[in-house]
Amino acid sequence: MEFLHAMTIGPIVEIIEYPTFFMEVLIGGLLTGVMYSLVALGFVLIFKASGVFNFAQGAMVLFAALTFVGLMEHGLPMWAALIATVAVMIALAYAIERLVLGKLVNQEPIILFMATLGIAFFLDGFGQTIWGSDVKPLDVGIPSDAIDVGGVLINWFDITAAVVAGLMVAVLAIFFQKTRIGRALRAVADDHQAALSVGIPLKTIWMVVWSVAGIVGLVAGVMWGSKLGVQFTLSLIALKALPVLMIGGFTSIPGAIIGGLIVGAGEKVAEVFWGPAVGGAIEDWFAYMLAMAFLVFRPQGLFGDKIIERV
Amino acid sequence: MKLKKLILAAVGMAVGITGLTVAEPVQADEQYMPLLVYRSGPYAPGGIPYANGLVDYFKYVNAQGGVNGVKLTWEECDTGYNTARGVECYERIKIKDGKKGAVVMPLSTGITYALIERAAKDGIVIHSMGYGRTAASDGTVFPLVFTAPATYWSQATAITKYIGSEVGGMDKLKGKKISLVYHDSAYGKEPINTFIALSKKYGFKFTKHPVAHPGLEQKATWLTIGRKIRPDYVVMWGWGVMNSTAIKEAAAVKFPMDRFIGNWWAASENDTRPPGKASIGYKAASFYVPGNFTKLHADILKGLYGGDKAAALKNNWGEVLYNRGMVNGAIIIEAMKVAQKKFGNRSVNGTEIAYGFENMDMTEERFAELGMKDFMKSIKLSCADHEGTSPLIITQWDGNTWKPVSDWIMPDHAMVRPMYKEAAMKYAKEKGITPRKCM
Amino acid sequence: MFYREAGQFKTNYAKDQGIFPILQDRIWIYFVLVVAFVIIPVFGTDYFLGSIMLPFLVLSLAAIGLNILTGYAGQLSLGTGGFMACGAFAAYKLSTGFPDMNIIIVFLLSGGITAFVGVMFGIPSLRIKGFYLAVATLAAQFFLLWLFNRVPWFTNYSDSGVISAPPRAIFGDFFITGPDATHLSKYLFVVTFVILFALAAKNITRSGTGRNWMAIRDMDIAAEIIGIRAMQTKLSAFAVSSFYCGVAGALWAFLYSGSVEPLSFDVNRSFQILFMIIIGGLGSIMGSFLGAAFIMVLPILISSLPGMLGLSIPVDVISHVEFMIMGALIIFFLIVEPHGLARLWTVAKEKLRLWPFPH
Repeated sequence: MEFLHAMTIGPIVEIIEYPTFFMEVLIGGLLTGVMYSLVALGFVLIFKASGVFNFAQGAMVLFAALTFVGLMEHGLPMWAALIATVAVMIALAYAIERLVLGKLVNQEPIILFMATLGIAFFLDGFGQTIWGSDVKPLDVGIPSDAIDVGGVLINWFDITAAVVAGLMVAVLAIFFQKTRIGRALRAVADDHQAALSVGIPLKTIWMVVWSVAGIVGLVAGVMWGSKLGVQFTLSLIALKALPVLMIGGFTSIPGAIIGGLIVGAGEKVAEVFWGPAVGGAIEDWFAYMLAMAFLVFRPQGLFGDKIIERV
Repeated sequence: MKLKKLILAAVGMAVGITGLTVAEPVQADEQYMPLLVYRSGPYAPGGIPYANGLVDYFKYVNAQGGVNGVKLTWEECDTGYNTARGVECYERIKIKDGKKGAVVMPLSTGITYALIERAAKDGIVIHSMGYGRTAASDGTVFPLVFTAPATYWSQATAITKYIGSEVGGMDKLKGKKISLVYHDSAYGKEPINTFIALSKKYGFKFTKHPVAHPGLEQKATWLTIGRKIRPDYVVMWGWGVMNSTAIKEAAAVKFPMDRFIGNWWAASENDTRPPGKASIGYKAASFYVPGNFTKLHADILKGLYGGDKAAALKNNWGEVLYNRGMVNGAIIIEAMKVAQKKFGNRSVNGTEIAYGFENMDMTEERFAELGMKDFMKSIKLSCADHEGTSPLIITQWDGNTWKPVSDWIMPDHAMVRPMYKEAAMKYAKEKGITPRKCM
Repeated sequence: MFYREAGQFKTNYAKDQGIFPILQDRIWIYFVLVVAFVIIPVFGTDYFLGSIMLPFLVLSLAAIGLNILTGYAGQLSLGTGGFMACGAFAAYKLSTGFPDMNIIIVFLLSGGITAFVGVMFGIPSLRIKGFYLAVATLAAQFFLLWLFNRVPWFTNYSDSGVISAPPRAIFGDFFITGPDATHLSKYLFVVTFVILFALAAKNITRSGTGRNWMAIRDMDIAAEIIGIRAMQTKLSAFAVSSFYCGVAGALWAFLYSGSVEPLSFDVNRSFQILFMIIIGGLGSIMGSFLGAAFIMVLPILISSLPGMLGLSIPVDVISHVEFMIMGALIIFFLIVEPHGLARLWTVAKEKLRLWPFPH
């Protein structure tokens, strides 16, 4: 009985009783969700253009952040390190296209997925061999003070992250909608064969997509790295991005943002108000359960392309 | 430069495949130490300094001519803080070149749990220094496991005592609120029951907040703590990236750092450096004084690094976890020396070194003799007591270094010992072990 | 020349439908059995039996389980670790709750419990497909681990949430768990268990149920149109697969590591087993063993190679290089043979059939 109360009426009463606290949790959750979206965006880009479920995105985030911090530790100024890391990520994209994906054309999606897991392993080991596995603090000058808005505590860092994510989505949207390469990307995403036949160079396009995903990974890595310090665990945030993808759909950029917001807000509110009744630490599975519940009603995610099956 | 190591490794692999090298046989009496370390994986930042400290101490002992003439040899195996891998590592390196290790340090609570039975069967001592299975401090049920100088449960009582002294007496704890933030694993769960018992004894309100491995996301936890429960003190049983994240999130909800106390695995530079200014004032427990002020540190710096401080610092020399590895090495060598007094100046086996542990009496003077003056208090063990009665100290991060901020605090052994006994007996019953008699 | 079926006549249907219709295959299998039951126990060291063969066999069993679900029925799953944990904890509760129950019954029952849990988490598969399903099974992974971590009842209210196997014998003094069990007795038990289960799996996949699974895998809509009931088929695949994973989890906890905490079955375990079936070969029981050997043994080999050769390479470098080699080899194998080691095996047999006259 007590348990039932703690699961049903208790949290609702608490929310009504402390509306500012609820707002705080909600806003905190939404802003955390944006951080998840940053990682999820990289997944979406690659899935959209090549149908590859790129599990190496987490490892790419780590690798980019490690390279960036490592170069800065070796005395490079921040802008130079940034440019150099972007160059490294583009080189990486080229290598992946050349050595892995190019050899696996026309394979089943699960094989490509496994190949990206192999890439993830390789990058985790490679990054650590070169840059070491100790924690590297990263400070790019993002303020981390908290401000008080009508009794609700908001962190500057989270706001900055939200702005960065917003900017990135805007840039990506312009890139996809307005530029020539962007249009080619969308064409490839719609139909490989047709795109090839109108003269779109598939290989170049894939390389561009992986480069863009690498740069998105760098941005995510810098944001997460300055939040947590750059070290091995960063590659595990991929797992936090997966429910976001499921809710938003694997193919939608705005979906990644909306999915992030839903997951972030959902898991934080659940953890704070419902968690204590069942012992806490429910965030991890709650996000997945939430995503699963969404999928049962919309198997392609909120903004995913409609799944059409033919016999 | 790491790149050099990479090339070295690649060349090594190439050489290895062509099968050129053969290990040469060894002649002299040597003491073999199997070392389970983790220098990779999510918890590597904590594992590296510990392993460096331990190995540096062994090298230092060898440079001094060994333990009464017996040189130390060792083999590392990287567990990655992963229990299954740790078990495999243990089986792989427990015997090398026909020499069986006498003592093993699993360096992870999970691995300790998995090894207790195996090591007992192999006759190898487990020294889980400040981690592992607390109940194993009972020497009657666990003759070959040592938890000296202190367990998690003792530590919980000592931290509570410190909080009591902060608020002006243990009786003032009544009605106060203490929250525990813990790593959601065997390690983090160890102190919960002790805190519950303590809260009953002193009448404070206790709440617990699990953080899932690896602890990247703690916003909800800290919003609950900092904005809803608003406890007087927060205690943390964290490890790895969880610690620095917790400090950041605590700062984000403006929780005062000087009322945030970590255990000794949440007490290193790795935890306080990444959050930057936010971690100034954060406190943590320890069983030795942090810093690199001792003669032993100077000797290691001179003997192993040729006085090159930069190189030593790169190898974590003097960091909190480095010191822990160093102390771990010192305790084991001391146990070996005690055993040698009885069994002669030769290499010792598991049961012999267990004798050494049980008859160890490391006083403050003894620590000073070993070059660790004012570093640690004392360790004295017996057949039944494998933990000893070593006092603890609270340290604080001032933005650059850890500084001691309390007197030595004696844990409430009277309270936890019956709890050890009860847990050990439960284990003995489950496993069908008859506890041995101790004089 | 050696691998010919010419002259081997089948005189009844039963013989024609045997698992190993060709004499040479049967000889090969007898040879494997002799190696498994005689040569390895006699010549294997404790380290080899306890730290290589045991985990290899247990993980092979889990890989067979996942292969049934993913390789035969086409349902991509990342929840293997969770199901293994479920089996381990069920076995712990059963064996401590009913100390007189035979340990074999305990393992089978814990498999049954896991099968039930698997069916529960398989229900979404009726709506969700492909990678969406893979991610959805992660819900099972995280939820089950959380459950065993959080509810103290599952660990008999232990202080740290670690369960450790009570000593049990299958008969008399033949202990297979606890301190009195030797590596040899554990090995013999596991190898028998795993071979029987592998045979059972092989037969299930050749039965009507197995054919239904494959029909669903190849195209579920088409399968439904020809009258295969999608719900029963998918859920039965989840049930059988989870049963195998559950038993594997129980064996892992009781016989291999002796004590486990939920973290031993984290998401990395799920990925490890997925690697095994992909490298080994989707839709192949044999492949599950080959994949398990590759993924389980290779890292150990890489990390102990420098030690065996007397080279002193820092262990962190070894670990990192191990990661790199693993990643590179996975990619290499996928490029060379996307259908796994089992496919290489088949190709080799085809070649052998024609050898030495390929034309």
